[in-house]
Amino acid sequence: MATTDYEPNMVLETGSYNVVGTRPVRHDAINKVTGRDQFGADIQFAGLLHGRILRSPFAHARIKSISTAKAEAIPGVKAVVTGNDLPKTDDVALKYRRANILASDKVLYAGQAVAAVAAVDLQIAEEALNAIEIEYEVLPPVLTAPEAMKKEAPLLHDDLRTESLGSPVEGSSNIASYARYELGDVDEGFSEADEIVEGEFHTKTVHQGYIEPHTCTVLWNEDGRIIIWCSSQGPFMVRDYTADRLGVPVSQVKVIPLEIGGGFGGKTAIYLEPVAALLSKKTGHPVKMVMSRQEVFEGTGPTSGCYIWAKIGANKEGRITAAQAYLAFEAGAFPGSPVGLGATTIFSPYNLPNILIDGYDVVVNKPKVASYRAPGAPQAVFASEQLLDDLAVKLGMDPLELRLKNAATEGSRRVTGQPYPRIGVVELIEAMQQHPHYNTPLSGPNQGRGVAVGLWYNIGMASSCSIKVNDDGTVNLIEGSADIGGTRASVAMQAAEVLGLRAEEVLPTVVDTDSIGYTATTDGSRTTFATGWAAYEAAQSVKRQVEERAAAVWGVEPDSVELAQGVVRSKTDESLQMTFAEVAAQMADTGGPIMGSAVVHPRGIGPSSSGNIVDVQVDPETGKVDVLRYTAFQDAGKAIHPTYVEGQMQGGSVQGLGWALNEEYHYDENGVMKNGSFLDYRMPISLDVPMIDTVIVEVPNPGHPFGVRGVGESNIIPPVPAIANAVYHATGVRMDTLPMNPGTILDRIKKSNGR
Amino acid sequence: MATVYIPSLMRDITSQAKVQVPGTTVRQIVDNLEKAYPGIKDRLLENNRIRPSISVVVDGEVTPIGLLEKVAEDSEVHFVPAIAGGNIAG
Repeated sequence: MATTDYEPNMVLETGSYNVVGTRPVRHDAINKVTGRDQFGADIQFAGLLHGRILRSPFAHARIKSISTAKAEAIPGVKAVVTGNDLPKTDDVALKYRRANILASDKVLYAGQAVAAVAAVDLQIAEEALNAIEIEYEVLPPVLTAPEAMKKEAPLLHDDLRTESLGSPVEGSSNIASYARYELGDVDEGFSEADEIVEGEFHTKTVHQGYIEPHTCTVLWNEDGRIIIWCSSQGPFMVRDYTADRLGVPVSQVKVIPLEIGGGFGGKTAIYLEPVAALLSKKTGHPVKMVMSRQEVFEGTGPTSGCYIWAKIGANKEGRITAAQAYLAFEAGAFPGSPVGLGATTIFSPYNLPNILIDGYDVVVNKPKVASYRAPGAPQAVFASEQLLDDLAVKLGMDPLELRLKNAATEGSRRVTGQPYPRIGVVELIEAMQQHPHYNTPLSGPNQGRGVAVGLWYNIGMASSCSIKVNDDGTVNLIEGSADIGGTRASVAMQAAEVLGLRAEEVLPTVVDTDSIGYTATTDGSRTTFATGWAAYEAAQSVKRQVEERAAAVWGVEPDSVELAQGVVRSKTDESLQMTFAEVAAQMADTGGPIMGSAVVHPRGIGPSSSGNIVDVQVDPETGKVDVLRYTAFQDAGKAIHPTYVEGQMQGGSVQGLGWALNEEYHYDENGVMKNGSFLDYRMPISLDVPMIDTVIVEVPNPGHPFGVRGVGESNIIPPVPAIANAVYHATGVRMDTLPMNPGTILDRIKKSNGR
Repeated sequence: MATVYIPSLMRDITSQAKVQVPGTTVRQIVDNLEKAYPGIKDRLLENNRIRPSISVVVDGEVTPIGLLEKVAEDSEVHFVPAIAGGNIAG
């Protein structure tokens, strides 16, 4: 049931802007809706070859031999490559990274790339894959972190040693790393508690589910340069990772970014580019590769399944005295799960005096995980936010009041020890409390309401931006940030605000890696924050030059004029005025082109908090959950383009809803995924999703010129536990496992009834 | 002197959760930590750089310049474990 019967209660910050905070049509809108934008698969060249990859059918096996002779003999086949075509190395980490491109001595997950073919068409390439002969020695797989941590578990890597803050543990292990986070004294804290809650939780492997499969076209040119056309979340990431895998200098690689059909963190890794490069080098032709959906599921990085134990204690007044957690995350076949991020966000919205968290990064026979929107946090808070709800029940407190009483504020210490800057957790929870949704009674039987809160730290990192002035008064904005969620608009609007132009007068373009300074990947909710800041600084440079040109025309000192709201005015003579466009029209006669550029690596990162209120109805006969009403709240700092912030909030909510209720990789006992299609891997469709109402809370980030906090990720943190809490209040049963599909819910209901 | 917060897994060397250390840069802080607590430098650095699995936080901000970061007399310095280097994709 969609509901929009309330007055918006956006908590606005008080800054006054002309462009920032408005809702112009995005710059790429027309090309998107008319289908004229070029995505990765749209690339066509004369002489283009088609590449396909042969993948392992086994989750764990030793490769005894590979014979490509029969495949190479097929007419139309131009080249075959295997792991032997990648450079050898003694660097263990680099060896792992290359093995995730093409396996060498072992395969470590079903779907791992083993060989690849380039042919004149796809049919011949497929035929050639079938002609490659591989002899495997099949080994037993291990599929979950707790199983892989056992001493008797099959070892994935003979050379993997547990890393623990620079103190490697002797002996091979599936535990890639271990970290402990400790604040205060948890034993003392729990001794002061009147109520203690604890529980064990399990989550499954889930995928980001972007619509566009991974794809690339690569030409290894005669001059030695490797040109890559692809869609990704970071052209420079693709450049650097491809160079790393191929063992060539970064200057040898040029990446031309194309539009992206969804990423959500999953396109912060590479899979195809080095393979297509090797095939192109062997053939002298450009090689195009496009994954199937099954390949995306089985051969790219989903996010971790995990095991979590957590415990929270509080006194009768609802003050939390201690919190503890143990997290074991599946990394997939190679080290690098988001367990560190899960460990540091599991209690992040709260000001807790005593915390102890142990985190384990564990390799298992599944695809190497990649980032997925707020990596690690949704799994972690599935545990902690349910325990908080349980605590509220036991204390007889309102669940939001309990959270508010313990909310972190500026100066509160994170579990890693450092103090928070200004954050908006209190304002967020207050907005939730005041919202009509929270104050409207449920309307029927088997219904429940759940709430949850999350806090994501966000990141900064390097961004570059150039702005050049056109003589018609518009400007071109050149950036290196892949636009995965409307950042062309949010970045351009920050430049427009400085220059006093309309958003439409700033023309943003995302360019190749040869044409802009280094710009970090679009992840960590960083682009509107950091690239927006680079645009702000580049615009400041242009603004100064425009003021200087006007001053030169008038024969006055540059300090005596000012550009504001698109007009340059003398501070002392009201008769001296020129519009930005008039100055631009005279550029050729006043000194030539005007261009500004900036590089930033900003500090002042603003964490963003999110909260959800969710109403559900659970059918006690079938276990099916219907989401009746859903309201998402998020602190955006300052929403540069509120529509896109709302879109991020709705998108994160929908992904969380799918994670909560439906999505999981189904593996057979041999570690082979059995549901590698969108028919069988059930993501929410429009019929499953209610109206996601949104409330933007604006607590400006003092670390950014416009108060921006990144908004891309925090919104996926609360949905899973909010839905779990709603299911509890509808059924009386706590959910310890994801997804909360009808079978699982019915099973837990039956168990609670003693059946 | 700056206050340096020691990660839990390095307290086997310092026996304390926080220590006072002189120095005007993170590099000097690390060198002076090593003088007081031999062995800690090897746990913090790799190839004369902060290990990829550790973030340095000075006065609440993750520093992008590592050992070069300036440290004031009243600064707080945190060495924060970032499992798997924090880079889960690479």
